[in-house]
Amino acid sequence: MPWVTRGLRNGVLTSPYPRRPDGYGADWRGAVSVRPQVGAAAGRSAKELCPTGAIGQDAGGGVVLDRGKCILCGRCVAARPDLFGFDPSPEVASPTRAGLVVPEAEENDGALAEARADLGQRVRALRRSVHVRHVDAGSDGSEEWEIAALLNPVYDVHRLGIFFTASPRHADLLLISGAGSAGMAGPVRTTYEAMPDPRVVVAVGTDAASGGMVSPTYATRGGVGDLVPVDVWVPGSPPSPFSILHGILLAVGLIPERKGRR
Amino acid sequence: MTVPATTAGPPLWDEIAVPAQEFARTVVRGTAGGPPAPGGATGPAEGGRFAGLFGSARADGSVVLRAAIARYGRLDVVTTVVPATVVGGDAGYQALTPAVPGAAWYEREIADMFGLLPEGHRRVDPLVLPRPSEAAPPRPGSPVPMLAVTPDEAYLPAHVSGEGIFTIPYGPVRSGVFESVQYLVETPGEDIPHVRARVYHKHRGLERRFQGLSALDGVLLAERVEGVASVAHALAFCQAIEAIASANGLVPPGALLTRSLHAELERIANHLDSMVRHAEAAGQAVAYARFSWHKERVLRLRARLCGHRFGRGVVVPGGVSAGPALAPADARAELAALEVDLRSDADLLMGTSSFIDRLRGTGVITAEVAAARGALGPVARASGSQEDLRNYRPYAAYGLIKVPEHRYRISGDALARQLVRLEEIWGSFQLCRLALEGLAERSADGPWAAPLVTTDGTGWGWAEAPQGELLYLVEVEAGNLKRVKPRSASFHNLSLFPEAFGGDIFTDFAFIEASFGLSIAGVAG
Repeated sequence: MPWVTRGLRNGVLTSPYPRRPDGYGADWRGAVSVRPQVGAAAGRSAKELCPTGAIGQDAGGGVVLDRGKCILCGRCVAARPDLFGFDPSPEVASPTRAGLVVPEAEENDGALAEARADLGQRVRALRRSVHVRHVDAGSDGSEEWEIAALLNPVYDVHRLGIFFTASPRHADLLLISGAGSAGMAGPVRTTYEAMPDPRVVVAVGTDAASGGMVSPTYATRGGVGDLVPVDVWVPGSPPSPFSILHGILLAVGLIPERKGRR
Repeated sequence: MTVPATTAGPPLWDEIAVPAQEFARTVVRGTAGGPPAPGGATGPAEGGRFAGLFGSARADGSVVLRAAIARYGRLDVVTTVVPATVVGGDAGYQALTPAVPGAAWYEREIADMFGLLPEGHRRVDPLVLPRPSEAAPPRPGSPVPMLAVTPDEAYLPAHVSGEGIFTIPYGPVRSGVFESVQYLVETPGEDIPHVRARVYHKHRGLERRFQGLSALDGVLLAERVEGVASVAHALAFCQAIEAIASANGLVPPGALLTRSLHAELERIANHLDSMVRHAEAAGQAVAYARFSWHKERVLRLRARLCGHRFGRGVVVPGGVSAGPALAPADARAELAALEVDLRSDADLLMGTSSFIDRLRGTGVITAEVAAARGALGPVARASGSQEDLRNYRPYAAYGLIKVPEHRYRISGDALARQLVRLEEIWGSFQLCRLALEGLAERSADGPWAAPLVTTDGTGWGWAEAPQGELLYLVEVEAGNLKRVKPRSASFHNLSLFPEAFGGDIFTDFAFIEASFGLSIAGVAG
């Protein structure tokens, strides 16, 4: 009985996201963004700053940053605040791997539209309610915390019709975390194949996108992209629960993609 | 070699080099005095606990073996070199396991990683990397490049016997959001007479990944060895780097306080995670919601202090990257409000009989087993141990701010482990308060780090992670990392996990697992 009143004690704790933006995030690194550049030559030395090789140059010599490799260590932001900054928005997921590169390249638009249309076709049946299964393919353990956090009263994804299920046979959506350890390649494949159609795969975290700081090693595959076809990529090391939620909502077509990423 | 003690830096270790044939005898003698304990009036007590076996491959094919013996106030390291001529043979060195049962998993790991077999070990089954016979071992420390290898279940033994006994492979994909691990539950139906853990699925080959990195990049990888204990890993790693550079006394006091502040917040978050899992397993929906909310508050507070929910990027060699971004007074106010809510919820939960009934008498690790196997962390402190590195081998700010007296337990069941965790949560709140007070007295402009030049050498670092004693062996050569071996408490404690299943049944499994509070990432490496 005392638990009933206890459950009411603090009122509603749940975030208004995605209906309204959540204020939380201003003091947290959502992603690294690239500032508009003054001169093309500015970026040549910037490459050296990154421990995971996320910083590169586009054809025009401008600085680009692959969020799929970025582990948010902040070294580039500290050393070159003229080129890099933290973007507090947690809406960082993208339906293509190339879409994680900022600033967004124009030539990606065709591929993006195609990926989006294909995904939209498949997930039409999942918009009201989606059942989620998670598999760890060599994570560091923190992604599991952030995924499990989706069930706490703050994020409470049940309100959005998102449910976690024990069996892949009941799952529509597969969340995969981790750098793609060789020992999990088989189990991940088996889990994916056990799911009924239509099925959607969301890669959770920078490790899942590229291996991040962990790869390359003899026992990892540089992310989970080689294990199963991935529909949505969520960068972050680990991504915050809001980012993971954004990835899930994007996968089932309940939220538009954030445009104009820098 | 004795590293000079300083007031604030980590204390010392002693390295004792012995010939290979003396190795096992020396380690056994070193751990004969019982568990470590504070010395009496006559001086330091000589108790020692076997704390791990560490290998390092050399370019010439030989393997350096180091056995760590944890004592009160210092770490003893027994070292020997196994020549290249015997590595790969049937008898590389004399097994420690017959006399030191806690060494069993370490010897299996070394067989996987170096192809080095102990003589006299009863059964050296593959553990972290069941290698196909044609695959070379990774030999961390060796400059020879390692080819990709896929662990193969076929190289693991299958042994089930007895009438009506069958094996349930539970995992690696389990019901719920868990890390991947497989438990082989051997059962006649309802009881669980025996459980074996298979951890190789998550093996990421991190020890080889460390090789050649700078110390600065090494911290980033250390933080990802066991992501839920990022701060403890970064701390232990950086302390080893600082000790090698003889800079352990140079870390500014403000940085030490910041390190301890984040380490204690990490402890609160991990212990709360364990409470959440217990509440979930018991079907206590409101308790689950309340405790997971409290855990979220801790992660958010950490993000406000440093920009990262897991405290990554805080600890760097020589100090911390920056002071707390939140004013100490604000952080204290938030912690105080959280503690009030948490105490009231904890009192209610620990007074809920339907919850307590599930924990009492479940998953008992007796004091004898805990001592014999050298259990670590809350698992040990629920089974009669008093050992806590923050007191036994102080590091970070634990020389400046005192860890409060804790009331530990001896009954060794899941309930005792949870009571210990709660006790430690209150202690951590107290330590956070003290650290924030100390930070408030100091200038907010630092200094936050001492300039540090990475020097060559071999060093040890440690921290009391939420899971227990964390050890780092670090070798630096030509300014870069040559060999890094993290030994997480999860690795050591998971080897005790099967011991907890005396007379328990299936429905107890979730409680026993949650009460151990382990991270598989730290086990698989």
